[in-house]
Amino acid sequence: MSGVLRWAVWGFASTLVLTGLLTGSQRLRLTRLNLPFLLGTLVTPDRDRAKAYGLGLHLLGGMLFSGLYVAAFTAWGRASWWLGGLVGVLHAGFVLLVVLPVLPAVHPRMASESQDPTEVRQLEPPGVLGLHYGVRTPLAALVAHVVFGVLLGALYRL
Amino acid sequence: MRPVRIHDHAVIGDGHSAALVSRDGAVDWLCWPRFDSPSLFAGILDPEVGGAWCLRPAEPARVTREYLPDTNVLQTRFETDGGVLVVTDLMPVHEAHSRWPRPERELLRCVVCERGEVALDVRYEPRPDYGRARADIRDGGRLGWRLEHAGWLYTLRADVPLRPAAGGGLVGRESLRVGQRAHFSLTATDDAPAVLPPLGRFSWERVERTVEAWRRWAARCRYTGPYREAVVRSALALKLLTFGPSGAVVAAATTSLPETLGGKDNWDYRFCWVRDASFTARALYGLGYEAEAEAFVSWLLRATWLTQPRMGVFYDVYGRLREREEELPHLRGYAGSRPVRVGNAAATQLQLDSYGEVIDAVAQLARRSGRLARDELRMLVRLGEYVTKSWDAPDEGIWETRSGRRRHTFSRLSCWVALERLLELHRRGMFRGVKAPVERFRDVRERLWEELRTRAWNPRLESYVRVLDGDEVDADLLLMAWYGFEDARSERMRSTHRRILERLGVRDGLLFRNEDDVHEGEGAFGVCGFWRVGLLAKGAGSFMEAEAAFRRQLAYANDVGLYAEEISPDTGEARGNFPQAFTHVGLISAALELEEARPWREPLLEAPEIPGEEARA
Repeated sequence: MSGVLRWAVWGFASTLVLTGLLTGSQRLRLTRLNLPFLLGTLVTPDRDRAKAYGLGLHLLGGMLFSGLYVAAFTAWGRASWWLGGLVGVLHAGFVLLVVLPVLPAVHPRMASESQDPTEVRQLEPPGVLGLHYGVRTPLAALVAHVVFGVLLGALYRL
Repeated sequence: MRPVRIHDHAVIGDGHSAALVSRDGAVDWLCWPRFDSPSLFAGILDPEVGGAWCLRPAEPARVTREYLPDTNVLQTRFETDGGVLVVTDLMPVHEAHSRWPRPERELLRCVVCERGEVALDVRYEPRPDYGRARADIRDGGRLGWRLEHAGWLYTLRADVPLRPAAGGGLVGRESLRVGQRAHFSLTATDDAPAVLPPLGRFSWERVERTVEAWRRWAARCRYTGPYREAVVRSALALKLLTFGPSGAVVAAATTSLPETLGGKDNWDYRFCWVRDASFTARALYGLGYEAEAEAFVSWLLRATWLTQPRMGVFYDVYGRLREREEELPHLRGYAGSRPVRVGNAAATQLQLDSYGEVIDAVAQLARRSGRLARDELRMLVRLGEYVTKSWDAPDEGIWETRSGRRRHTFSRLSCWVALERLLELHRRGMFRGVKAPVERFRDVRERLWEELRTRAWNPRLESYVRVLDGDEVDADLLLMAWYGFEDARSERMRSTHRRILERLGVRDGLLFRNEDDVHEGEGAFGVCGFWRVGLLAKGAGSFMEAEAAFRRQLAYANDVGLYAEEISPDTGEARGNFPQAFTHVGLISAALELEEARPWREPLLEAPEIPGEEARA
């Protein structure tokens, strides 16, 4: 397989697992974090459609992020499960500390922490580490992203 | 020591937090950045330790105050022998796309001398963390007076000179002549360089913008009946108690204001009670605030997601369970009412009535929007299944007593409502694609109906009763008609109403919650009087009786139209946490019921005396 094909196949597979883990942790009531839903509501207010569109956007995002993993593996000249896991920790930290807190500023349907009382927006902001969505949110996100990295590191061969 | 009364306060806020301002110009309560954060000022709970921020004339003054019409901007007018001083208090509302950055939180106080010459006294005594932290205020020169605590920077900017006081805090005195103004801006920030809003005319621009924003919001109110002022004030109070980023409505802005003076029933109400759901949703929808109602119901669905099918009694503004309750022994408490508590251990109680209230609220959303997402439908089914398994269990009931579980009638009524609404949604075809155990829902609903008709009815008393097979009444039974279980005009409902009035009535239509409250010397419960108005309007009495009862309830608001949780049966003063969303929701619901029942073209008459009204006076 060519490098691009390997990235596409294993990146997609890892993204599927990541999506499954995040959805599973939400279904198990560990967290209210639902990344596909948050992404989907960027484009539609309809809850059911948002999940479908969001799933597509999340898979696309997963592919892009897996490209960064592959780039890191290439730069290091090696890929392994533990290197993938390490990048997964960074990836989770980036999502929890940067992406989620910034989301209210760019999301058209999400309330911001500084929202004025006369404004009404319906999606509550996730807060730092996504803690507004439940105290187990950081853990669920960390586990899912580390598993994503471990899988990609283990399956992708330079 | 300055005496304070709950009744003497008004509230200002910004949809994140709220401040109580007393008639004598003191900010006696403020929690930043959120309703349930530790306080910066808690003078209402302890004038010496809690801290306050006072702006008032140095001389004795006659005080009148009002909210600027249709706003949450408070104006207090001090009339002294030498002149008139007007203080405008607000938490500014900002334009969505302002050219200037906004501070995270701001409390703005603008003073103007309208007549003569008046000396303004300033005393600023912040006491972070409920008065537990030392307030080390530093002079930042033109950048204001700075206080840092727990990562937060509180900055006071003023255009009158202030100086450190001997016992801590700041004091100042400035003589203002007619036309002269003074401005004070207190801001808080924790995540970026502080934004220091300019004073002077820029302060008045913020006042104007805030007035306009509130008026625009109030203009959306669809109620056009004769009690519009009271209804809009209640809507504005409800909006102040709504946490903007999530849509949650907190029960009250305060903790530990006592239900009995000197008593121990001092609870923290700065959380969102699931119990209030259907009442709040109906009130918001009824006034035309659909977006707010939808935000609230969406919050309910999100908040209960992590614990369902079990639901907590209440959640914090982000839908987190808050089970920890802590006492603050260093605070003396309002009028010596100890302990002062933060957090509320009632979180872990079982209140079966919550299920009916949430499902009723969601059903209202479904009736209006015509559809629910599949997730939401599945969640409703899970809640319904839980009801079919748990409806017979004893629980703490709607009033969350801490004296053990009983088989409350209202909890069963609410379970009946839950199943009735689920079956209604099923009849409307809402459950397409989602499997619901409709037969089980129907069976349990019938069993509940049978049980309520037999074991919740006491033929000797000729009344529905508080617990199954019991012989006490409870004001929550007034809601049997509101939920559609009984016709308000039925003989059963009329005689239940008579019995409630006889046993729980105080004077002028005030009602205790239940017979425990009568014995324990609690206050009359604000919302119960409004429930009675609703029942009368629905047909248990005449329209005139209902309207008269409504007007009597209106008389118990304080001078700026606000209600606490309870009303003292002796003095008519406010008791309990303040302002209380549930009471204001009750007022709105009663006004809406009255409008629905208003006979076409019937003139408004003077309130007639109602026989039996003084039964317990």
